[in-house]
Amino acid sequence: MSGIPHDHYEPKSNAEKWLHRRLPIVSLMYDTLMIPTPKNLNWMWIWGIVLVFCLVMQIITGIILVMHYTPHVDMAFASVEHIMRNVNGGWAIRYIHQNGASLFFIAVYLHIFRGLYYGSYKAPREITWIIGMLIYLMMMGTAFMGYVLPWGQMSFWGATVITGLFGAIPFVGDAIQTWLLGGPAVDNATLNRFLSLHYLLPFVILGLVIVHVWAFHTTGNNNPTGVEVRRTSRKEADADTLPFWPYFVIKDLFALAVILVAFFAIVGFMPNFLGHPDNYIEANPLATPAHIVPEWYFLPFYAILRAFDTEVWLVILVDFLTAGIVDAKFFGVLAMFGAIIVMALAPWLDTSSVRSGRYRPMFKWWFWIFIVNFFVLMWAGAMPAEGIYPYIALIGSAYWFAYFLVILPLLGVIETPLAQPATIEEDFNAHYGKTGGQGGAASPTPAE
Amino acid sequence: MLRKLIVNTALAATLALSSGVAFAAGGERYVENYAFAHEGPFGRFDQTQLQRGLQVYTQVCAACHGLRYVPLRTLSDEGGPGLSEDEVRAYIEQNYIEVYDAELQDWRAATPNDHFPGSAMSNAPDLSLMTKARAGFTGPYGLALNPLFKGMGGSEYVASLLTHYTGSEKEEFGAILYGNETYGGYFAMSPPLWDGAVEYGDGTEATVEQMALDVASFLTWTAEPKLMARKQMGFTAILMLGLLAVMLYLTNKRIWAPVKSRAKGYPAE
Repeated sequence: MSGIPHDHYEPKSNAEKWLHRRLPIVSLMYDTLMIPTPKNLNWMWIWGIVLVFCLVMQIITGIILVMHYTPHVDMAFASVEHIMRNVNGGWAIRYIHQNGASLFFIAVYLHIFRGLYYGSYKAPREITWIIGMLIYLMMMGTAFMGYVLPWGQMSFWGATVITGLFGAIPFVGDAIQTWLLGGPAVDNATLNRFLSLHYLLPFVILGLVIVHVWAFHTTGNNNPTGVEVRRTSRKEADADTLPFWPYFVIKDLFALAVILVAFFAIVGFMPNFLGHPDNYIEANPLATPAHIVPEWYFLPFYAILRAFDTEVWLVILVDFLTAGIVDAKFFGVLAMFGAIIVMALAPWLDTSSVRSGRYRPMFKWWFWIFIVNFFVLMWAGAMPAEGIYPYIALIGSAYWFAYFLVILPLLGVIETPLAQPATIEEDFNAHYGKTGGQGGAASPTPAE
Repeated sequence: MLRKLIVNTALAATLALSSGVAFAAGGERYVENYAFAHEGPFGRFDQTQLQRGLQVYTQVCAACHGLRYVPLRTLSDEGGPGLSEDEVRAYIEQNYIEVYDAELQDWRAATPNDHFPGSAMSNAPDLSLMTKARAGFTGPYGLALNPLFKGMGGSEYVASLLTHYTGSEKEEFGAILYGNETYGGYFAMSPPLWDGAVEYGDGTEATVEQMALDVASFLTWTAEPKLMARKQMGFTAILMLGLLAVMLYLTNKRIWAPVKSRAKGYPAE
């Protein structure tokens, strides 16, 4: 598929030929599994498999959970307790599903950061990147609606706050919010449609994952050097790549097993650590919790949402210029969605001709600040919107936008990149060569 | 670069998450870091303590509070107070536990398949999930290491609440409110325990602290009845996956060996 010369499936027996003439499915599976993969991939290239595993795990556990769950405001909370107490192994399935969402997001963030560091978003992989961003958005929607289903206090009030964002849209906001909720407030209609969509979206994600894989199987994988696989001859391609099976499947499965050890330590010993105690209190529309905090994986964007309050001069200016149409609340909503949109536009904002951050001395610094900033925003999002925290969130938000809109475009112009290896083979051999590698900037270990 | 990335991310993630948890616990509340038998990965319920806690719950708490999510039959489940089925029936009989039967349109004696009654007073919250609905000791230094290694600590919150009345009272809208350090203010529950409030069958001295710990332990079981099975699953899963990881590691090493040896300039195999 990828234009890299490699073996193709040849039907041998008569049965295989019979099938191949009618449906070349074995051929498709063969080409997918045996795709030539750059042999210098490091351990940051394992997250794709972890993510596929998470998706399948969430779908399977979710299908079982929905068999015992009742989407009604009077019964939802009790039905979750029924799962926890009376359904055989229900507690295990629910805790796996609940913490599986966290594993899913840890993996997706590392997967995205990997792409940002090694320039995986750059031509010709823009569509892979855009599809990935769509998957990420859908994951957020799915996770948010899933969190509402247990109908605890945080479920209810989280749903109220987040759907309220749509109410901030000028003129049509209230109508949209009512339409989304199925009524004037979060109620039974909301719970029912959230269950329906929470069940639907994972299958949409599954479809997008297939397109995502299709796209990068067409362009070929990126790799830590950012240097493309040589396609001019079969010999050169073979020197740069190895087939996905068994080399990378086994490597990825090993990483997955290690990650699952940590995952099951959490499920077995501290399954509620990442949750919020308030969600073990049944939803009560008359009692607002002291602090409404979203799940950890939303915190950076929650911080961006809250950062732009009425005291920020930019917000005041925009409010004035738009005659109040874009007020502080709507500005925050725009900033939150804008944060993801600018990330999705990275392929066109990054002007550097060098793909991998490994050969970009200045970029490295800005990238690591971006990572630290991500955690600062996460922390600020968990704090109350008072005192110094809104300022920290504001600085963090400003850096997020500056990284994509200013730093990435400028760096390509002012930065002098380091020399890149001519081929993937050269990089691989330098790492494993007799001299013990060229000692280049702590180069990652491809295979172990 | 890669190792740095993993270490940095892990560190930052831990800090960010733990600060979130620490914050979620609230500010002014004081929660004593009591030790419980069920804490930590190796922690197991102390069955006699659960039975004593059931006694405290029945004779003191149940006057106002309920356990509406807890089926009575689970008292004889594995990993719980471990009553026999006959003892469960005797418990129902001795305590005159009744449920409203919608079919009979009347009250009738409960069977083991019925749940504990709900709260008798509208302002007394149901206790089924109380130890999971409250954060406990979130230290040391707000780092949330305690909840990370020992569990969310709702047991500590409940035990603390029962033992940390300040002794001060105030009247508000005709109701008397009682000061409590763990609650972080005044609330309507008068100090429910006093020394010797119940008489333990196993000869344990019924001090306020002892009863508070026992009932907190029992309420941890009502909130998380599968705690022991869960930890067991954790160990089994870690063991099996650990074994799988070792085998995959060796397989990976073996299949990559010729590729790496070629890179060194040696002939493969």
